[in-house]
Amino acid sequence: MVTTLSKVDVVVVGLGWTGGIIAAECAKAGLKVVGLERGEERGTEDYLKIHDEYRYAVRYELMQNLSKETITIRNNRKMSALPMRQLGSFLLGEGLGGSGTHWNGHTWRFYPYDFQIKTMTDKKYGPNKLSKDYQLQDWGITYEELEPYFYTYEQTIGLSGEDKNPFLKRKDPFPTPPMKRTPILKKFEKATQDLGYSPFMLPSANLSESYKNPDGESINACQYCGFCERFGCEYGAKSSAEITVIPTAIKTGNFETRVRANVVEVIKSGNKVTGVRYINTLSGEEFIQPAEVVVLTSYVMNNAKLLMVSNIGEQYNPDTGRGTLGKNYCYQILPGATGFFDDQMNTFMGAGALGMTIDDFNADNFDHSDLDFIHGGSLSITQTGARPIESNPIQRDTPTWGAEFKKASIHNFTRTLSIGAQGASMPHKENYLALDGKYKDAYGIPLLQMTYNFTEQDRALHVYITEKATEIMKEMGAKTVESRTPITDYDIVNYQTTHNTGGTIMGASPENSVVNSYLQHWDAENLFVVGAGNFAHNGGYNPTGTVGALAYRSAEGIINYSKTGGSLV
Amino acid sequence: MEENKKNISRRDFLKTSGVATGALIGGGLIGGLVGYNINKNDSPTNKIAGTDEHSTQTDQGWQFFRNYREFDIIANATERIYPEDDQGPGAIGLGVPYFIDSQLAGQYGSNSKEYMHGPFEVGAPTQGYQSRLTRAEIFRQGIEMLDAEATKRFDKGFSKIEGAQMDEILTAFQKDEIKMAGVTSTFFFRLLRTATLEGAYSDPMYKGNVNMDGWRMKGFPGHQMAYINEIENEKFQKIEPQSLGGMH
Repeated sequence: MVTTLSKVDVVVVGLGWTGGIIAAECAKAGLKVVGLERGEERGTEDYLKIHDEYRYAVRYELMQNLSKETITIRNNRKMSALPMRQLGSFLLGEGLGGSGTHWNGHTWRFYPYDFQIKTMTDKKYGPNKLSKDYQLQDWGITYEELEPYFYTYEQTIGLSGEDKNPFLKRKDPFPTPPMKRTPILKKFEKATQDLGYSPFMLPSANLSESYKNPDGESINACQYCGFCERFGCEYGAKSSAEITVIPTAIKTGNFETRVRANVVEVIKSGNKVTGVRYINTLSGEEFIQPAEVVVLTSYVMNNAKLLMVSNIGEQYNPDTGRGTLGKNYCYQILPGATGFFDDQMNTFMGAGALGMTIDDFNADNFDHSDLDFIHGGSLSITQTGARPIESNPIQRDTPTWGAEFKKASIHNFTRTLSIGAQGASMPHKENYLALDGKYKDAYGIPLLQMTYNFTEQDRALHVYITEKATEIMKEMGAKTVESRTPITDYDIVNYQTTHNTGGTIMGASPENSVVNSYLQHWDAENLFVVGAGNFAHNGGYNPTGTVGALAYRSAEGIINYSKTGGSLV
Repeated sequence: MEENKKNISRRDFLKTSGVATGALIGGGLIGGLVGYNINKNDSPTNKIAGTDEHSTQTDQGWQFFRNYREFDIIANATERIYPEDDQGPGAIGLGVPYFIDSQLAGQYGSNSKEYMHGPFEVGAPTQGYQSRLTRAEIFRQGIEMLDAEATKRFDKGFSKIEGAQMDEILTAFQKDEIKMAGVTSTFFFRLLRTATLEGAYSDPMYKGNVNMDGWRMKGFPGHQMAYINEIENEKFQKIEPQSLGGMH
């Protein structure tokens, strides 16, 4: 028994940052919007007792319950893909606010180089800088086109920063001043300056002062309590969808939130979609929600999966190179170094996006002529608040348990700093998403299958940037410096980063992309797919700033589409 | 100096746990003591171990363990992983065995948030947890195997052997030299090590980190509302820890 509900203008699938932005903009423009979210409703009042490392950081309270749905993973096509049975490498969100509830708040603009990476790399280094196996392509949009939308997102979240990155000229000021320059950050600042680099405060969505955004939503000043990543903010001081765009959407009277609604299919008819089918996760009842426009905003994995199970678009085939859906799945490469110091520091204080960065080795800000890789990464020190269960820093020659371990891990807890890079990840023909042939979710639908491994480009980038991190850490005066070990095969076990990208990439042509530059599907004009899945490769930064900008631009496209119809490009 | 401090703290330990010096041999008797005191019920406080009055623990009952043999094996193994020293209590003094007991009886032990549908394959190390067993099942088997291995090597149960002998067996588990069913011994050891640290450093409401001594040793102040007034200070801030339960 399926109940068909009455038609709405826009149905949004997933209510994190992207769904919230689309819902707010469309509702403000007078469109009737329904937001379907498979998790629970939640907000600031639910984070009152959030300073609980075990429940939230270790047992993943705010993240996706994998007993219902996960993905399968293999490093290459010869392996059998097996389920990711517990969370590890990345932490998928669930519930109102999505993974934007438990993010750290690092908010960047990808570089002009990122959006035209193919053109600019070929021009400067020739067409064979990387082998043909790397499927580099431009994004079908330029930085200049996207710039106003970056600023819109930054204003929505009240981004705290300083305009001192010499490699990216901004037209607009940061909405709020930078976070505090703590003694730990100053060590990095001095060391990088002495080495001739250009440090600046990391743009932060944990705000330096209280702020009212253009929609009238208030965000409070960060208290530096040290519980950001994997936690919600009990102060309402970390910008997230549930304290900004979701209330904005609700205030219009044009938006309805429906939680515990798990979408299982996008319904397509001819060259349009007619709505979505979802299951009430409590009652098990099925509903069809018809809509003029369907917007998928349910993260990289689920957006790709919904298109695949709904047979919308052509699945990418690594043998033939044909098909675009699932193509260019990328991740992030994490070079870095750890320094062990003599003096105790307040490592347990902090904020998710409290940090300083140099971009001297990001994008094409340095010459790659004599290097065997392209791009790079932002190198940062962050003071996010060390917590005792998961932070047990020891040197490599220290035993991992017993008396020596206890002594060293306690000693180092307040005497260890790390510098890390968000290393760019280039698309490779063997790294892609597809549907799994064997394993299914709680609703009997195939799991998404990920085939992914690090590439030669990734390994070379890792080694090079790690050397730079090590150099800085030595300059900072660490007694002992340990460089991160070179990367080998990708593993799903250890937490790395929740910066998954690709699979539903944007571009200038249906030949090589899933959606156009408004994130409108090439094969169904009233279907929009929004998120980091649109990235044709992953840049040297945390992705959310660019995701937010793309979502604002897509919202504008949806509003225009609902007036005129047809392709937006 | 260092040695002197250690001796004092050992003496304190003996004093508070009410055991004659001769009875303390390696880690073995710490756990043996657990069973001994509680079984005979001749100790007024049923203390299990610890460096001072605050870190002693009374018998709290079990949600998962069935007998003292199981409980003592976990107590001894976790104490070897995170031992008492001159800085403060070890796993036993911090209540880690009780933390593990209640965790194994709940969501953690039954893998209720994990994808546990077959078919099950061994998989590559990069593919992570692929066991058909829940954590509770892995622990139960692991406890049996620790005891069996001790009996095989030393002709005594795990809780009766010397600390160094326990370390030898734990190392064999860590290095995957012990054959377990449906899971590797390395995996079991990793779970055990991680659970020990979780018990030592989680909020005391989970039964470990008794008296917040885990946090105190580490210089972690637990749940604090704000550091906005201290974070720019050049000096290290020693702050008395606070737990979530102490929040009003």
